[in-house]
Amino acid sequence: MNETVKNVGLFALVGALILITGFMQSWNTAILILNMGLISAIMSIGVNLQWGFAGLFNVGIMGFVALGGLAVVLTSMPPVTEAWAAGGLRVLSGLLLGAATIAAAVIAHRKMRPGRTRGVVMIVILVGGFFLYRAVFDPGVEAVEAVNPAGTGYLGGLGLPVLLAWPVGGLLAAGAAWLIGKTALGLRSDYLAIATLGIAEIIIAVLKNEDWLARGVKNVVGLPRPLPYEIELQNDPAFVARVAGFGLDPVTASTLYVKLGYSVLFTVVLLILLWMAQMALKSPWGRMMRAIRDNEVAAEAMGKDVTARHLQIFVLGSAIVGIAGAMMTTLDGQLTPGTYQPLRFTFLIWVMVIVGGSGNNFGAVLGAMLIWFLWVQVEPIGLWLLQVLTSGMADANPLKQHLLDSAAHMRLLTMGVILLLVLRFSPRGLIPEK
Amino acid sequence: MDLLNAIVAIANYVLVPAISYGSQLALGALGVTLIYGILRFSNFAHGDTMAFGTMVTVLVTWWFQSLGVSFGPLPTALLALPLGILGCMALLLVTDRAVYRFYRQQKAKPVILVIVSMGVMFIMNGLVRFIIGPDDQRFSDGARFIIKAREFKQATGLSEGLAIKTTQGITIVTAVVVVALLFWFLNRTRTGKSMRAYSDNEDLALLSGINPERVVLYTWMIVAALATIAGVLYGLDKSFKPFVYFQLLLPIFASAIVGGLGNPIGAIAGGFIIAFSEVTITYAWKKVLGYLMPEGLQPEGLVQLLSTDYKFAVSFVILLIVLLFRPTGLFRGKAV
Repeated sequence: MNETVKNVGLFALVGALILITGFMQSWNTAILILNMGLISAIMSIGVNLQWGFAGLFNVGIMGFVALGGLAVVLTSMPPVTEAWAAGGLRVLSGLLLGAATIAAAVIAHRKMRPGRTRGVVMIVILVGGFFLYRAVFDPGVEAVEAVNPAGTGYLGGLGLPVLLAWPVGGLLAAGAAWLIGKTALGLRSDYLAIATLGIAEIIIAVLKNEDWLARGVKNVVGLPRPLPYEIELQNDPAFVARVAGFGLDPVTASTLYVKLGYSVLFTVVLLILLWMAQMALKSPWGRMMRAIRDNEVAAEAMGKDVTARHLQIFVLGSAIVGIAGAMMTTLDGQLTPGTYQPLRFTFLIWVMVIVGGSGNNFGAVLGAMLIWFLWVQVEPIGLWLLQVLTSGMADANPLKQHLLDSAAHMRLLTMGVILLLVLRFSPRGLIPEK
Repeated sequence: MDLLNAIVAIANYVLVPAISYGSQLALGALGVTLIYGILRFSNFAHGDTMAFGTMVTVLVTWWFQSLGVSFGPLPTALLALPLGILGCMALLLVTDRAVYRFYRQQKAKPVILVIVSMGVMFIMNGLVRFIIGPDDQRFSDGARFIIKAREFKQATGLSEGLAIKTTQGITIVTAVVVVALLFWFLNRTRTGKSMRAYSDNEDLALLSGINPERVVLYTWMIVAALATIAGVLYGLDKSFKPFVYFQLLLPIFASAIVGGLGNPIGAIAGGFIIAFSEVTITYAWKKVLGYLMPEGLQPEGLVQLLSTDYKFAVSFVILLIVLLFRPTGLFRGKAV
């Protein structure tokens, strides 16, 4: 079978699955799956850039997704002026002091000769800087969080259009990735894995606990939207008249209109990024990356700066994941730090990339759409399966009730089985690297 | 008197919790380090292995409790522990046969094995949630305290109390016994020596007639025992929640790497380093400083360096410092 035909067929299959959902369940569910599938596809492209092109093992994807979400709050929410007046500058100067402390310690480490004096100087700088930072920072935070804690209690954002938050999310994630890469790249692959795993947990901890930044677990809700609200459409006579022409009632039509609007936006971003990733893959730069991945020593002997190139692609891939994270928070309309779970946001993306085919951008996109569809649909399918299996038992049977209650956890099991099966029998994925 | 009070306060709030948490981390890190030394990959499924072993133990404990079996002042879970270990061993041996053995024969790269262990992690996580559910489970019974704070105050006349929970005592005693047994096994028995030989130099070990499958079999069995014991001790001390066990992966890996991956002594040292730093940095020192500082200089705030929510950050920063200045860990681990 021709390769192109096979690939088109695979994409058509996923499309058909989503269409079936639309006919069997509801179009709202189908488009919701499509939207999150598109976002997952962008995350997969980012991870594929790191793992497929360069062989970097990043298990901190959740952190970059969350940073993208933070960017939406920081860019699009209106600033809370009273909070800024109460302690905004104090908080900012505290943060600057903290950064200056670390910078001073790094400079001391670089400039001074190794020995006991250097160690003492560094400890003095770090400990002194820490207490100074806390002394400036803490009162500022208290003042900010005291301003209307039930409604705001944080500094707010810049009040810019929400679409601007997407590139900002990419920048924020890129900055974090640069810091991590600077320290952890160049070490062994397992260490990068553990370091990224750790940084993701820390980013989530910061989002949960720093209420002045994005209200922590109190969540920021009601984020601005790039599309009109459903209720506005329903009150718009022109819109109602137009959908009546199609024979739809305005409530359903308005929700479909908004969701499809998001689909269009996401598709545009996905296509741009996919095109860029494809160009990168085919360019001399992409060939160099794969050469480094396949044989670092040989690439180094050819004069390639392996660590610098790794840093470059690590930052690029993380930025793409950050953009996707910002898009996801925009779609949700709220930032809820409590919902970021590593199994869902790190390891599931890995399943997508591996199943789709690492090293192939189309594979990553396909894997993302397929796995996301399964992730959503395994739960009802599992429930149905268990109902069929237990149909012979009495309703009061505790085993039956337990099985039916636990159906929600089937999805983790299924994902594990899929990943292991693909790794075993088709380790190059559905659409292998050329 | 103030000095004594300060010492008791430190012991009560820092030393005792840190030693018991450190023992739990050390046992977990020993499992990670053994797998790394012998099977040569970082096992991401270790947290969930601990959760699985603990889950079996919890279920057996409930069964024993329903039969009316009890262990006097000690928790019933200790009686159930051997069965939990057996359950965990069965799971790991089946996993090895069904999953890992194929890649071993293929001589797959370590990073592939890490990804495979991610798949295993998903399955184990799903299994545990499927069987026992994602909620908090408490299963400790028996006497709550070895030393109660009030009795300690009455006996010594100090104003600070020292409380040692039964679970903390059990954790420390069990950890010492288990570590002693493990080192006796690794250093004195023939199988243990062949395991160390295999870890040090695979080719040479194969050449001298060591059966690799046997070594791997023993490794998984020991890892199952270590993981279950660590998990049960942690669960007795705090409570059993599958997601928390998954999150333990980070401090456990940090302990193993700080000590030097593949080095058992390093794993133990790493566990205690991580535990002590986490507890000291997130402890509010107001009380202790209140005793030590002269009148008038006593601090007003809590003197807590970091809030407890950032305990992950502590293990992470220590990990980073060690990686930057001594990439193979404090005790010179191995590098694949």
